[in-house]
Amino acid sequence: MARKSQTLGWLYSFMVYVFMYLPIVVVIIFSFNKGRFAIWTGFDLKWYKLMFANKEIINAALNSLFLAVSASTLATIFGSIMALVLTRYRFIGRRILNGGVYLLTISPDIVMGISLLIIFILIQIPLGFTTLLISHVVLCTPFVVVTLMGRIQKLDEDLVAAARDLGASEVQAFVQVVFPLLLPAIAAGWLLSFTLSMDDVLISFFVQGSGFEILPLRIYSMVKLGVKPDINALSTIMFVGTVILVLAAQFLLKTRRN
Amino acid sequence: MESEYIIELKNISKYFGTTCALKTVDLSIRNGEFITLLGPSGCGKTTILRLISGFEQPSGGNVHIGGELVNNVPPEKRHVNTVFQNYALFPHMNVFDNVAFGLKMQKMPKSEIKEKVMQMLSIVGLQDLAGRKPGELSGGQQQRVAIARAVVNNPLVLLLDEPFSALDFKLRKHMQLEIKHLQRRLGITFVFVTHDQEEALAMSDRVVVMNQGSIEQIGSPVEIYEEPSNMFVAQFVGDINVLKGEILETITSDLPDSNHAYRAEVEGQIFSVHSDRKFEKGDKINILLRPEDLKLEEEHLGQSPFLAGEIIETVYKGATVDIAIRLDTGLELIAAEFFNEDDEDIDYTPGERVAVTWINGWEVVLLDEDA
Repeated sequence: MARKSQTLGWLYSFMVYVFMYLPIVVVIIFSFNKGRFAIWTGFDLKWYKLMFANKEIINAALNSLFLAVSASTLATIFGSIMALVLTRYRFIGRRILNGGVYLLTISPDIVMGISLLIIFILIQIPLGFTTLLISHVVLCTPFVVVTLMGRIQKLDEDLVAAARDLGASEVQAFVQVVFPLLLPAIAAGWLLSFTLSMDDVLISFFVQGSGFEILPLRIYSMVKLGVKPDINALSTIMFVGTVILVLAAQFLLKTRRN
Repeated sequence: MESEYIIELKNISKYFGTTCALKTVDLSIRNGEFITLLGPSGCGKTTILRLISGFEQPSGGNVHIGGELVNNVPPEKRHVNTVFQNYALFPHMNVFDNVAFGLKMQKMPKSEIKEKVMQMLSIVGLQDLAGRKPGELSGGQQQRVAIARAVVNNPLVLLLDEPFSALDFKLRKHMQLEIKHLQRRLGITFVFVTHDQEEALAMSDRVVVMNQGSIEQIGSPVEIYEEPSNMFVAQFVGDINVLKGEILETITSDLPDSNHAYRAEVEGQIFSVHSDRKFEKGDKINILLRPEDLKLEEEHLGQSPFLAGEIIETVYKGATVDIAIRLDTGLELIAAEFFNEDDEDIDYTPGERVAVTWINGWEVVLLDEDA
């Protein structure tokens, strides 16, 4: 009886994973397909060659990379300061701000996209790189705050006291003790922001404008004309890149936890 | 002018919001002594430590360190160092860098830092572990690093905030001795905080017993144990029996040291009691007796008074035997006797009748404030 339900449980989990991962696996397999259609005709790297030869794709990819690096760096700076303020100081409205941060991480992207667009129109900022950058910083900052707050709360308050007791000023205590201990979490926050920014379609769609095309939206417009295997190749590269970054972030958060 | 005292707290009070943590405390700490602040949690002992280290400012009164008023001097500018309760070692630095931290902050030349740190590490027996991270050390080793990290700065005073609370019993005993030796060897003033009375008595030159934000008594471990100045100290430090009584009259002392003697009614019997304190006829009193001060004999019809009772049970504790007695008045007492296999006298059985007396002059007599 127990054996039977164990087998059923295993089968059930297996089916769930198949359901979730099959599409990705199909894309990866067919990115190496010789032929154009969804019938395996042999291994070939031609779609990768074709993709790298496509100026528009490469240009959009470089734009996305630049945007993601800028946005995640800014979000990490803002988010880190915010996390420190929220955990280290007691002030009126702190709990509301705290809750607000969590709310932003779960608020629907479409709402964020539309509201950002409305604001940009209201204050008359022309859509383009600037609006994309602002939007991505808004998207990423709450995730950095949440990542870092968890880490700061685990930090022993006596460590700062010990540093000061040994003659360190408040600034020295931060530089010598707090910052090095938070560095893995800060790096993890950056990586998380990078992946969020790199594959955001919804918010970017509203605030992109013309003139600064980014990769996810480039793919989106290509798909409108039918899925070609070079998109499979591109998707495979993005998937692998994202997995590596997320694993790196997880690794950074786990180490140094003594 | 050099003062005899390295730390002076004058008229110190401390409020957190409306909660009073310390009410007008005066405490002078001598240079080179090992002083322990002893009391239950919330008694204000840690607050005193934080006032000395500079993490708290007094609500009233003055803190002097080495003769200087330091009320507004931040922790990093005070020549005192702390060993924290959970050690607070920097987890991202190895043992060497942890110990070197304070010297680096002083901008000492690198070669000098190296020399001092290695010397300090050899004093605490960790010279071979200089490259380890704190997470790779045992509790006792972490404790030594924390002490080395504080002491290497050659502070005027070393503050220790319940440093043994995370150690197991055996290691605790061992570290107590080790710290005591270290203090003798270095000659630095140690201010030690604990709630463990046994630890306080074992380690200190002087003990400060605290309760509810006030100092109840300051004295040597022997004074604290033998001559408690009030009921709180008597009951907090060690086991003690409390007998109720009343002063009947003042008599001439029959003991060589010239204290006062009284005839008193104690638990229904008439005894003569001795005290340094002055009492009046009719005063209600508590007579305090340590378990080891009680004497048990067979019931007799002699001249000298005794308290009659019966054995409830005996508890064998290795070196000593605890004997629980219920007096005929209903009061329960604990007596302690050294265990001796050849001495059949202490081979009591429950229900056996005994006569309880004590060594004349060893009793502590306090006014019964509740009466």
